[in-house]
Amino acid sequence: MIAIVDYGMGNIASVKTALNNLGYDVIITDDSKKLEAASHIILPGVGSFQAAVEEIEKRGLKEVLQSLAKDKPFLGICLGMQLLFTEGYENGTTKGLDLIPGTVEKIETPYLLPHIGWNALDITPDEPNFVDFQDQHVYFVHTFAANTDDKYIVATAEYGPNVTAIVRSGLIYGIQFHPEKSGEVGLAILKAFLQEVA
Amino acid sequence: MIVKRIIPCLDVKEGRVVKGTNFVSLRELGDPVAMAASYSKAGADEIIFLDISATNEGRNTMVDIVRETARNVFVPFTVGGGVRTIEDVTRLLQAGADKVGMNSAAVNDPNLITSSSNRFGAQCIVVAIDAKRFDDGWHVMTHGGSKDSGLDAVEWAKEVEKRGAGEILLTSVDTDGVKNGFDLNLTKAIVDVVRIPVIASGGVGHPDHFPEVFQKTDVSAGLAASIFHENTFSIKEVKDSCKSQGVNIREA
Repeated sequence: MIAIVDYGMGNIASVKTALNNLGYDVIITDDSKKLEAASHIILPGVGSFQAAVEEIEKRGLKEVLQSLAKDKPFLGICLGMQLLFTEGYENGTTKGLDLIPGTVEKIETPYLLPHIGWNALDITPDEPNFVDFQDQHVYFVHTFAANTDDKYIVATAEYGPNVTAIVRSGLIYGIQFHPEKSGEVGLAILKAFLQEVA
Repeated sequence: MIVKRIIPCLDVKEGRVVKGTNFVSLRELGDPVAMAASYSKAGADEIIFLDISATNEGRNTMVDIVRETARNVFVPFTVGGGVRTIEDVTRLLQAGADKVGMNSAAVNDPNLITSSSNRFGAQCIVVAIDAKRFDDGWHVMTHGGSKDSGLDAVEWAKEVEKRGAGEILLTSVDTDGVKNGFDLNLTKAIVDVVRIPVIASGGVGHPDHFPEVFQKTDVSAGLAASIFHENTFSIKEVKDSCKSQGVNIREA
């Protein structure tokens, strides 16, 4: 059973339908017992960093999520990915879950913001599970992006600067784009994560 | 870099896909969910549904179609047509739409753009502008292209951006259904005054019309309906045409 964390931020039903389509059983919950019983944890989210942290804290989920990330595969998607980092600078400075060292800052680019649309992935060479996704297009919608050490970066996308697209630290993964809206490629990337076993 | 998007549009009336020519004389085509899923598999970068139902039953059916599409389609999709209030926006987003389009209602009450954008974020608010050429420039048309609002389309485009629209769906009433290519002058006039993505619509009769609009304007996406629905040309043929002209697209 895969658990999607329900904390009131954005449309999480599409993540669930994508996982169902891949043949997985999925539960959407904010109950820590049910989260602990799951094989994989997915933290989705659309909206602002600050509002998301407030919602997580209001539900008493911050420590729960930090502890879950220590012993099972954990995936943050879009805003959920940004929350993995130390702090975010959207509407002032807010502490994140601090599961991966780094900050979340507004993208500095000469191009239009938000960064919306299909962009090509550039995969770090030493990531065997992801090499097949080199130059594949995935769907992005965001204005802020993660700045972190190169050792955590699995993939970037060029949008003026190279924008962090996929990060990983052990079994903790973060995906900035929307795999659930990125066609067959997106579903295959979700599958790469779901095949991780703690 | 971000690629140019190719978007099939499905006009839905009382739960069935139809295609209008010059916004009149509708002809029935098929099941919207099945068609959206098939376009997504064929490489469409996004799908747009335009609900042209005349009845409340038709509009309620549209919500069911959105819900079913969200279960079967894994590319972004937008729903427009008949969106009048923030409750309509909420209902469609909750049913699983990624973006909601508004047209006549935004002209009548521009605050609808502001309030929807503040509540849900600019990225999911698309303002559709139907423009028609007059002696003094392009006017914004409402009610399916039939009624002149008197608004200047270029000024209106700037206004909708300022109010928080995340994207503009720009249809030329003059070229729609004519199949001679996009309205390049109109598209350029609008794209050059805004900093949000614009989708060009109206006039596609051949795959080469897509690379043409991408090369002659900075438009972000091109939309077509009949050439895809009638199987005259496939999404792949459009993308092949773009690629052969050096336009950056997503291969699917």
